[in-house]
Amino acid sequence: MQIESKAAFESLQAESRARHSDAQAEIHVCCGTGCLANGSKGVAEAFAAEAEKRNSNGGPKLVVKPTGCHGFCERGPLVAFKPSGLLYTKVKAAAVPEVVEKTVEGGEILSRFLYKDPTDKSRIEQYANIPFYKHQNRVAMRNIGLIDPTDILDAVAESAYTGLAKALFDMDPDQVIDEVETSGLRGRGGAGFNTARKWRSCKKAEGDRRFVLCNGDEGDPGAFKDRSIMEGDPHSVIEGMIIGAYALGAHEGFIYVRDEYPLAIVNLMIALEQARTFGLLGTNILGTGFDFDIKISRGGGAFVCGESSALMLSIAGKVGEPRAKYVHSTAKGLFDLPTVLNNVETWANIGAIIDKGGAWYASMGTEKSKGTKAFSLVGKVKNTGLIELEMGTTLRHIIFDIGGGILADRPFKAVQTGGPSGGCVPESLLDLPVDFEKLTEAGSMMGSGGMIVMDDRTCMVDVARYFLAFLIEESCGKCTPCREGLRQMLVIYNDLVEGRAKSGDIERIERLAKGMQLGSLCELGKSAPNPVLSTLRYFRDEYEAHINDNACPAGMCRELTAYRILEDLCGGCHACFKACPVDAITGEPKSLHTIHHDACISCGACFDVCPDQAIETFPKNTLFETEVV
Amino acid sequence: MTTEHCAVDLGPAAEILEGYPPEEASLIQVLQDVHRAYSYLPCDVLGTVAKTLNVPLAKVFSVSTFYKAFSLEPQGDTIIKICVGTACHIRGAGQLVEELERKLGVGPDQTTEDMKFTVKTVNCVGACAMAPVMIVGETYHGSAKPARVGKFLAEAEVDHAD
Repeated sequence: MQIESKAAFESLQAESRARHSDAQAEIHVCCGTGCLANGSKGVAEAFAAEAEKRNSNGGPKLVVKPTGCHGFCERGPLVAFKPSGLLYTKVKAAAVPEVVEKTVEGGEILSRFLYKDPTDKSRIEQYANIPFYKHQNRVAMRNIGLIDPTDILDAVAESAYTGLAKALFDMDPDQVIDEVETSGLRGRGGAGFNTARKWRSCKKAEGDRRFVLCNGDEGDPGAFKDRSIMEGDPHSVIEGMIIGAYALGAHEGFIYVRDEYPLAIVNLMIALEQARTFGLLGTNILGTGFDFDIKISRGGGAFVCGESSALMLSIAGKVGEPRAKYVHSTAKGLFDLPTVLNNVETWANIGAIIDKGGAWYASMGTEKSKGTKAFSLVGKVKNTGLIELEMGTTLRHIIFDIGGGILADRPFKAVQTGGPSGGCVPESLLDLPVDFEKLTEAGSMMGSGGMIVMDDRTCMVDVARYFLAFLIEESCGKCTPCREGLRQMLVIYNDLVEGRAKSGDIERIERLAKGMQLGSLCELGKSAPNPVLSTLRYFRDEYEAHINDNACPAGMCRELTAYRILEDLCGGCHACFKACPVDAITGEPKSLHTIHHDACISCGACFDVCPDQAIETFPKNTLFETEVV
Repeated sequence: MTTEHCAVDLGPAAEILEGYPPEEASLIQVLQDVHRAYSYLPCDVLGTVAKTLNVPLAKVFSVSTFYKAFSLEPQGDTIIKICVGTACHIRGAGQLVEELERKLGVGPDQTTEDMKFTVKTVNCVGACAMAPVMIVGETYHGSAKPARVGKFLAEAEVDHAD
C-alpha cells in the first residue's frame, strides 16, 4: 500500500494507533540480544500462545509484542505491561501461564518478578519508578521497547515518519538544515562535529550525485547503543536518513553495519522492505516525487572501518585503510563523490528534531552540547544497561543513582569513556557534568557512549595495556607512528605487568605517546595514546608501584600478585576449592583451606567466589623473600 | 595450483557470484557469502572470485586477510567466540580463554584436531551488560564462569550431533 499524500499518511497513523485500542492489555517482551541470551524468545512465544488461546476462545484481546532492548539487560528477560505500567524482571517461559492468569487477568502483582532495589531492598512495581528508568530522557531511543521493530505500523503509531512527512510536505531542504542547526545537534559517533555544518559543507560541494551514509560500525568495546537502536527501532535511523537525503538532494544511501550485529542487520532489512511497501522509501516518496533508497553494507570485522574514510573504502569493496583528510569526505567521499556520514544515534535524533523543532532539542543539555546522549553503562556497576540522559548529567548521578553503585559495594576507582580513543576518569572528577568539552578536558572523550565502571580490583596499568593490545590488532598498519608506536609501547607495558619494569619506563611511554599524537595519519593513531596518558595522569602511583616495588596495588597483574586465605575469616565453605581451575587449593568442607603457591596461577577465581572475603592478595615478590629466608 | 587438484566444489561459489554485479564493489559482500557457504575462504574459490569480479588475486587476498570476519583455514563444526571487549575483560574474559585452552588444548584462532571446535576472541559483541560473554555456535552465554565452560562444550556437541 503506497502512501501518496499527507492526508493518507495521517490516516495511516490514525489507523495504526486505533489497531490495539480494544486490547485488554499489551505485553511487551524484550527481545534485545541481552534478553534473548536469557531465553526471552521462549517467553515471548509462551505469551503469544496464551494470548492466542484467549483470543480464539472469544476472551479479552491480549497483544504480545517482541520489542527491542529495554536497556536493563542485567535483569532480563524483561516483560512490561500496558496500560498498567508494570515491569516484571527475570521472567521464565514456564511462569507465563501463571503471569497471564494472575497478573493480566486477575490484576494480582506477583512480587517475585518485581525489580528489587539493590540499596534498600524494596520491590518496585512501576517501570517509570525504577531509578534506572526514572532519571532517563529518551529522544534517540524514544520508541525502543515500545514497538515491535519488525512491524512498521507499530512504529508509525508511535510517531515514526511524522518528522519525515513534515519535512517533505511543509519544509524546503534549506529549512530542514536550518532546523537541525537550531537544535545544535553534534555527531554522536564521538568527535561531536556540528551536524548542520557538515550537511551544509556537503550541499555546497559540486556535482549532482551525492551519498548519505549511516555509520553502524560500532566498534568501541563497551558500547552498544547503536546496536540497540538498529535492533529496537530501525525506523528512527531510516527516517533520519531520508530527511537528511531530502535536505541534501541525495538519492542513494548506505547503512554500514558491523558483521558482529546479526540481529541489527535482519531488523534493518525488514524495516527497509516495509518502508518501501508503504512508499516511505524508494521512488516518489509519499507522492512528493522525491526518490531515495538505502542499501545495507555489512562490515568485515575491522575496528578501523568506523573511521570515515576507511568506512567509505570498505563500502567500495576495498581494504579499509584511512587516508589523510586534506580533502573532506563531504566534498570527496564514497566513490570520490560528496558524502555525508553520520552515526546511528545522530540519524535517530533527526526525525524527533524535525517533528518537535530544533528549539525543543536545544532546550536540553549544556551550552555547547545540546540534547540528550545515549550511554552504555557497564563494568563493575550494579545496574548495567543502556541509558539516555540529558547532556550535562554528572558522572556521580549516572553511576550511583542510575547504576545503583559499585558491584558488591566495593570502592569506585575510575570510569572509562570513549573506548580505545578515550581515557579513565578518576573518583575526584565524579561531579563532572558529562558533555563533549568536559570529557575532553578531563583527558578522555565522549566516543560512542561506552561507560565502563571500574572498582579497586581493576589495575589501571593493565587497562592501558589492554587498549594497546586491542589497537595493535586493529591498526591498519599504513602509517609508521601508529603501527610501530603501539608495538613499542606494548613491549614496555608487558614489562610493567610482568615484573620486568625499569626506571625511566614512564618517560619512554610519554615520549612515544607524543610522537604518535603528532605523526599518525588518522584519529585511531592520534588518539591511541589517550588511555595511556589518562591513566598516567590520574594513577601515576600505580605505575610507580609496578616499577619501584614490583607490585600491583589492585592485585590483578598475575606475575606480581599472590593470594592467601585468612585463617580468621575462612568459613570452610569449599567454594574456592571448587572454583580453582588448577587444583591449587586444599581443604575439607567446614575447615580452613590453603592455597599452594607452587601450583597457583594467580587467576583470582577463588577471590571472586569467596563469600566471606577471606582471600587477600599480596605482592608475589614478598613470597619469594620469605621462602629464601 | 591447477584446477585438477581442486579439492573444493566450486558450484556454490559460482552461484553466489551470479547474484552480484561483476565489479570490485561487490568483493566484500561476495567473500562474506562465500565464507558462510564454505565456513572459510578456500584458496581456489578466491581465484574464481578474482577472475569473475575482474580484481587482481593479490587484492582479493589483501581484503581476505585485512578483515577479521574472514578465515583462510577450515573452521571447526562449532565456533566458540569469547568476547574480550573492555567490560568482558574486567569481568574475567581472560579466565574463559584459559579454561578453553585447558579443556580443548587450543588457544584463540586455533581449531581442535578433530575439527569440532574453533576458538576465537572477538572485540565486543555489544552485550556488555552480561559480561563476560561467550558465544558457542549461535548461543550467547552471559555472565559466563570458567566452571560452566565444560557444560557449554557438552551442549554444543549434542547440538551438533542433532
